[in-house]
Amino acid sequence: MSNLNNVHNGNNMRIVVVGNGMVGHHFVDQLIQQNLLSANAGNTDNDTQLDIVVLSAEPRLAYDRVHLSEYFSGKTADELALTTPEYYQQNKIKFALNAKVSQINKLAKTVTTEAGEVFEYDKLVLSTGSFPFVPPIPGNDQPHCLVYRTIEDLENISASSAVSKVGVVVGGGLLGLEAANALKEAGLQTHVVEFAPQLMAVQVDNGGGRVLRSKIESLGVQVHTQKATQSIEAGETCRYKMCFADGEVLETDMILFSAGIRPQDALAREFDIAIGERGGIVVNDQCQTSDADIYAIGECALWNNFIFGLVAPGYTMARAAASHIIGGDVTFQGADMSTKLKLMGVEVGSIGDAHAKTAGALCYTYENQPLEVYKKIVVDSQQKKLLGAVLIGDTSDYDTLLQYALNDIELPEHPESLILPAGADAAPALGADALPATATICSCHNVSKGDIIAAFDTGSCNLADVKSCTKASTGCGGCTALLKTVVDSELTKRGVEVKKDICEHFAYSRQEMFHLVKVGGIKTFDELVEKHGKGLGCEICKPVTASILASVWNDFVLKPDHVSLQDTNDTYLGNMQKDGTYSVVPRIAGGEITPEKLIVLGQVAQDYKLYTKITGGQRIDLFGARVDQLPAIWKTLIEAGFETGHAYAKSLRTVKSCVGSTWCRYGVQDSVGQAIELENRYKGLRSPHKIKFGVSGCTRECAEAQSKDIGIIATENGWNLYVCGNGGMKPRHADLFATDLDTATLVKYIDRVLMFYVRTGDRLQRTSVWLENLEGGLEYLQKVVIEDSLGICEELEAQMQNVVDTYQCEWKTAIESEHSRKRFRQFVNSDKSDLNIVFVEERKQIRPATESEKVVFSQTQSSQSPSTQSQETELATELV
Amino acid sequence: MSTSNNWVTICKDTDLVANSGVCALFNEQQIALFKIKSANGEQVFAVSNWDPIGKANVLYRGLLGSVENAKVIISPLYKQRYCLDSGQCLDDDAIKLIVYPVRIEQNQVQLRVQARVQAQLVD
Repeated sequence: MSNLNNVHNGNNMRIVVVGNGMVGHHFVDQLIQQNLLSANAGNTDNDTQLDIVVLSAEPRLAYDRVHLSEYFSGKTADELALTTPEYYQQNKIKFALNAKVSQINKLAKTVTTEAGEVFEYDKLVLSTGSFPFVPPIPGNDQPHCLVYRTIEDLENISASSAVSKVGVVVGGGLLGLEAANALKEAGLQTHVVEFAPQLMAVQVDNGGGRVLRSKIESLGVQVHTQKATQSIEAGETCRYKMCFADGEVLETDMILFSAGIRPQDALAREFDIAIGERGGIVVNDQCQTSDADIYAIGECALWNNFIFGLVAPGYTMARAAASHIIGGDVTFQGADMSTKLKLMGVEVGSIGDAHAKTAGALCYTYENQPLEVYKKIVVDSQQKKLLGAVLIGDTSDYDTLLQYALNDIELPEHPESLILPAGADAAPALGADALPATATICSCHNVSKGDIIAAFDTGSCNLADVKSCTKASTGCGGCTALLKTVVDSELTKRGVEVKKDICEHFAYSRQEMFHLVKVGGIKTFDELVEKHGKGLGCEICKPVTASILASVWNDFVLKPDHVSLQDTNDTYLGNMQKDGTYSVVPRIAGGEITPEKLIVLGQVAQDYKLYTKITGGQRIDLFGARVDQLPAIWKTLIEAGFETGHAYAKSLRTVKSCVGSTWCRYGVQDSVGQAIELENRYKGLRSPHKIKFGVSGCTRECAEAQSKDIGIIATENGWNLYVCGNGGMKPRHADLFATDLDTATLVKYIDRVLMFYVRTGDRLQRTSVWLENLEGGLEYLQKVVIEDSLGICEELEAQMQNVVDTYQCEWKTAIESEHSRKRFRQFVNSDKSDLNIVFVEERKQIRPATESEKVVFSQTQSSQSPSTQSQETELATELV
Repeated sequence: MSTSNNWVTICKDTDLVANSGVCALFNEQQIALFKIKSANGEQVFAVSNWDPIGKANVLYRGLLGSVENAKVIISPLYKQRYCLDSGQCLDDDAIKLIVYPVRIEQNQVQLRVQARVQAQLVD
């Protein structure tokens, strides 16, 4: 390790950083960035080079501790990593892992590791973080008594969980609830034991604590408050028994202590650096300790008698220390401890003076017990400024409230409107324009609105540029929505017209192209590009044209005129998987299937050795079919009465249903029958994006219809219609559109809504986004569809009826035509198969082989190895 | 397979699909063949079928298009665009497809290959 030693080299300044947690890494990263910046600026009169040595006691470089619990939901240590050895090496940062520093010599300016390595420094930065506080309870040192801070801790928790049924987290603060989530994810029966009368007592007031508790308990985690643990003894039904001061006991197999953190200040304490009364290395605004050449940053540092246990203030300290070392003037001035997070899916937000401790402070509280939502704002005695807030169950107002609090923005006349549900009197969201330039948009990386505007001045021209230039929204990601608003507003201000052109070949939006096709009676892409576009088209405008032609004329999609327009999924009527094989998804309308048909699916899968999986849309996906196998597979399926499921197309996918009144004790209508009717009506409809339906037989909503584009829920009197919901990446609850409809009216409304969407939606725009962008929103859509305000309803229905009447199963048409069938060949001149498609077995089914498995395969088979790029390069060719 | 002046026939013109792609096997190599038909007549292109980014033999199932004046094939897996004349990937400078000289002669699609390969064929 001695090669790490920093030889004193002329003007070089030697910096030793002790600790490589999030803050320690941020410090190093700051110096890397600053150095680059001064180099870029051509600053040559400053010859000082930095020699940085990082000494970490942990076995790996910095990782994201904020998202540690995601380790249990499948994230690996690599995915949590914040940096890589390569990055440090590239930037000439020397580092040693498993290198715990045990001595500081302030006079000689050296540090010594436990292994005896000595490092000289000009500036020393202590970034040793904190350690979990374990209450001094007899029995707390047993094997299954653990803490929650490092990846190694998580590995221990994992190992313990595997042999435990019940787990207890001691501590009901923010970290404790995170830890409880981890135990719950690990499948344990989970308890939280808290000494205080409520959960998250630091950030949340009594009322909020009560709602939070009830929400956490309804998730299956038992909460015990006002419990002081006196001892941990051998259990009777479990491994341990916790005995509380009030005489009660709780049996558990493992105990996780998360009762707060303590600054890791032992090193500083031992070598006479000033320490606060209750721990923490005392620092000034530059983050210098009592020794001017030694800095402390992050959770080990005590500023103004306060330890900051969040990452954002730690980052600010890192910037202040880095700045002071290289002669800058950034200082640490305390930090806002506001926080917004999701604990076990429960949204929690806390801003500023959450407990209304400021003299004269007044509160407004809104509580919705049925929905378990609690919101409180704390304002000054004049009701002009926002001092604090508590949000439980719904943090959608957090960004706006935080901006009011941080920037002293004057409150509206009725401050309560900020937290009341959106109704007639709701306050408009605080627009980006209302924010001052100093408003902090991203607190992790301390990016203000002014910084974002500056980024535009120096050449950024879109959201991605701003993100890479300022790093905004690359920390916790909580400010993503706000950042986009600010960027959009700035773009608009700069007169950047947000181009609606779909691509370089057509200067039109999808909606405009739809009109051109319909009004001009255009039936082919060639005609459209000749009259209204240029070039040969691309992966954007060709499929859009195909979709529009299908919506308007409903021709067979594989007609020679259209075949060249389709994405591969539409061309080959299957979903291409990563290895070039396809999945086969027959339609199973409403999720209802006979045993005979199930057997056929099983038989086909067995005959062709396909991987089978049940989909989220209540049907069965068969994977791994080679392109040349598709026609034969579909021939068998069609003969058994199946038809295409359009899983490959931007069109109606599935209508999910619950079992309904036919079988269910609670059902009030036949939801399965309705689902089948609707699926058969709208199957094959081409649209801007895929469409999903759900039909529930009663208000219990087992079909999850409210997360679908079209949701139908049975009532005693008929059907309630919900529109424009979405699951997926950005879930949105569908809006209630009309109530107690009879089936004829229901179908009429769906015809109109869908066809209006097909006509006016943008390319790849789901109904949810379409509705949000529709001027006038839901009310407007209701006027168009229910009141026929545009006078187009008859036309919309006629157009839908045409689609319904001209429906054909594309697979049936495809296998009946020799011309179409010819398309399903790997090679036009050979019956061989693609040798690069190789499967291996996993859980008794096939899966695609990985690249390395293929190498093994080709060696063991010692046959003609699969075609790879390197082999292809060997083919001697002669370029003209 | 017949040969003449280093041009080797690999399939028939009628095997091609206008404005779309097919794949032919030649000397165990997969070759994607495209025919672009426009007002200016017909043009045929041949490139390696291996998608170097998606790592699968699928390029013939991509979409044809143009970027400014360049004719491109767009990968069906991850949508990278490759210039059909040069093989250059327009989305990654480091990546290039192999381009094979190709022509249609008396309704036969022919590739031009070096003598070495031809010799193998004659064997």
